[in-house]
Amino acid sequence: MRQLCKGNVAIVKGAILAGCRSYFGYPITPASEIAEAAALLLPQVDGTFLQAESEVAAINMVYGAAAAGARVMTASSGPGLSLMQEGISYCAGAELPCVIVDIVRGGPGLGNIAPEQSDYFAMVKGGGHGCYRNFVLAPASVQEMADLTILAFDLADEYRNPVIILADGFIGQMMEPLDLTYREAKLPDKPWAVMGTAGTRQNMISSIFLEPDDLENHIRKLEAKYIRASRLEARHETFETEDAEVLLVGYGITARVLRSSVEMARREGLKAGLFRPITLWPFPKEALRAAASKVSKVLVVELSNGQMVEDVRLSLDGKVPVEFYGRTGGNVPSVEEVHSQLMQRVMQMV
Amino acid sequence: MSTNAKNEAQASEIQAAGYEVTHSKSPVFYSVYERKGDLQNQTHYCPGCGHGIAHKLIAEAVEELGLQDRTIFVSPVGCSVFAYYYVDVGNVQLAHGRAPAGATGIKRTRPDSIVISYQGDGDLAAIGTAEIIHAANRGEHITVFFVNNAIYGMTGGQMAPTTLVGQKSTTSPFGRRPINEGFPLHMAELIAQLEAPVYVERVALSDNKNIMKARKAVRKALEIQRDGKGFSFVEILSPCPTIWAKDPVEARKWVAEAMIPNFPLNVFKDRVHEPVQNAVVPHHTVPETLEIGDPRIGTQTDVHLHAGTAGAPGEQSAPVTARTQQHHFDTFGIKVAGFGGQGVLLLGQLLTEMGMREGLEVSWLPSYGPEMRSGSAHCHVCLAKQRIGSPLLSHPDVLVAMNEISLRKFAPHVAAGGLILYNAARLPEDFQLPQARIICIPASEMADKLGSTKATNIVMMGALLEETECLLPATAEGVLETKVKKVALKEINRKALAAGRDFIDHYVRVGAVSQPDGFAY
Repeated sequence: MRQLCKGNVAIVKGAILAGCRSYFGYPITPASEIAEAAALLLPQVDGTFLQAESEVAAINMVYGAAAAGARVMTASSGPGLSLMQEGISYCAGAELPCVIVDIVRGGPGLGNIAPEQSDYFAMVKGGGHGCYRNFVLAPASVQEMADLTILAFDLADEYRNPVIILADGFIGQMMEPLDLTYREAKLPDKPWAVMGTAGTRQNMISSIFLEPDDLENHIRKLEAKYIRASRLEARHETFETEDAEVLLVGYGITARVLRSSVEMARREGLKAGLFRPITLWPFPKEALRAAASKVSKVLVVELSNGQMVEDVRLSLDGKVPVEFYGRTGGNVPSVEEVHSQLMQRVMQMV
Repeated sequence: MSTNAKNEAQASEIQAAGYEVTHSKSPVFYSVYERKGDLQNQTHYCPGCGHGIAHKLIAEAVEELGLQDRTIFVSPVGCSVFAYYYVDVGNVQLAHGRAPAGATGIKRTRPDSIVISYQGDGDLAAIGTAEIIHAANRGEHITVFFVNNAIYGMTGGQMAPTTLVGQKSTTSPFGRRPINEGFPLHMAELIAQLEAPVYVERVALSDNKNIMKARKAVRKALEIQRDGKGFSFVEILSPCPTIWAKDPVEARKWVAEAMIPNFPLNVFKDRVHEPVQNAVVPHHTVPETLEIGDPRIGTQTDVHLHAGTAGAPGEQSAPVTARTQQHHFDTFGIKVAGFGGQGVLLLGQLLTEMGMREGLEVSWLPSYGPEMRSGSAHCHVCLAKQRIGSPLLSHPDVLVAMNEISLRKFAPHVAAGGLILYNAARLPEDFQLPQARIICIPASEMADKLGSTKATNIVMMGALLEETECLLPATAEGVLETKVKKVALKEINRKALAAGRDFIDHYVRVGAVSQPDGFAY
């Protein structure tokens, strides 16, 4: 069944399909529809919605619910995510599975509510304290807002780790057809959870390891998990890359613009292709290297002053020239704008 | 006299008096503190510390009430961060100050568990003030034990929010001065002011008599939770000999002589015999009027499906008109713009829904936020046969301008050879014609005559469909039928759609009315 659905609402519908019945959050534009949809839908499926007193409280409610074995989520936008970073670090340290949505708006500070992709560093590179990683998924359509939310819960449980859905104001606010197929959620056993039962009485959820060797062992264990995830969980999409001479790289709403730019370039005879990371962590390095192996130039476009471009450069390791074009402040480049940037850079190549 | 010599002297005194020293330990404590590493038969607390007594009172109450398996102990940041070394129940350690939030998440997930939030004064009364106030105000069914020793113990003696006036600490080296640091926070009194808490008491570990009172309070607080009555809070004045630089006996005395006069012992609230106020989750109702864009759209269907009680998902499918191959475009972009309240976003959503029902790929992108509140709104609608790249239209094929501001702002961007539908009888006199056709439609007046200005957007929709033939009027009727809930509005909308189409047929195409400034090519 196709239904017209807002990106933010699709997240909640995906979450319910994934078996999530717990939402703790605090409103903020442009993510508030997620809380509103959760407030409306979750009680109807015997779930819990609670508006917390702050994002700080919200993420710690998530921590508590995850410790008690729930599939649980929260959502916010940049400023709220900054407040949640402490709690996310605790969740990672205590190995608590949870899903956190960031509908990115303009920053720094209060910035504005228009779309940006400037939280890449904060979400992909950690943001909170300590040696940990977040899984970061970057949907580029309303359908993916639901699909990747479902994937997020599965990844969170499988790896016992926080998973971030990193979208932007446009993907959150736009409506597109959404096709949801009912499926029984695969809820894994959580023998480690503290449930207030005789069988779980011995369990303990904590992120404190006072002895240096103990903490180092714990960090090694986390690292082993991250290495396994890097090998198995990187996801991406390519468009017209087989014979591409130049490669555009972008994620989220930007990838949508870039897709149109590829079509425009090809109409004019320039063999352009698109590489879209779907997971920002783990970053799809191998796939990017393969897609870029025959191109003479890579152009990364982001709604920031250049954040993901660092991972692109690290992945390609100087083998292909990587250029960057960014817009900020809530400005989303038009297809024509990207096209003209692309042509300028291609002209330089000749 | 050294401490050891003192202890030995005390031991021989006890022996001389003929007492037998017995050790009993609640089974709610681990018999050996295996989690603790090296020193498994002693605690990490200092001699004379109140935490040991507080832990014991809690462990014994949990034991007596038979709650050991159900109990989840939330430990804070502070000296009691390691409570899980000792208490043989489910344990969850939380970030500084956030224990009541974490406890909320646990209790909401496991309503049958007994959740104890055990916090010190820095944790609860400084960094975690918001969390404790709101958990209490929501009447979470948890029990909070607030250990107040008027100092930061674990970090080495800094000022606490409960440090007494004049009391020295490493960060109030000249004594706490209200002019600089304010006054001690009285948490029990503060919590008791709230509506929801059921039981709030302050007790002290100053002497055996007060410890026995504390014992009762701890037990009562847990009983309240066991019985599903609501939020209970016990503040425990507690000695910290090491940081206070007193021996254990002097420290207890200081609790009695310095702390109690500042923090009076009292039952500040006890509604245990009143009916439970917040045990029942209010019945949830779904409002009847749903509009597209509202998260409620599709709610019933989805919930139905998710609950696993519905038949095949296909039953709920939106009707698809078999016209997919007949669309005269590969991609078609429509921008709708106007004042908030003119149904700008709704018109866009209706067109998008129609496109979807006709089997097209579609997207709808709105302006949002403060822009909306300042009174102007616009949205982009993409209709396409293939997957849609950018949903952002730099050059729409059609602009539906609901007011003059939108016309002036967006007309220059319409694609060459595109179309502008303008909601007015005529163009502004100084308006510069862009490279697009313009049709003026007095849609607001027409909708007024039909009975509601609200239908202005539907008049424009009728005109748009008739002029561009991008989507079928029959699809429009179907969408309006299912998406508009108010019966009165349905009828007006039907007429408005027809009126918009008629206007194009009779006044524009046929030119029945000579009105050359009403439209331009």
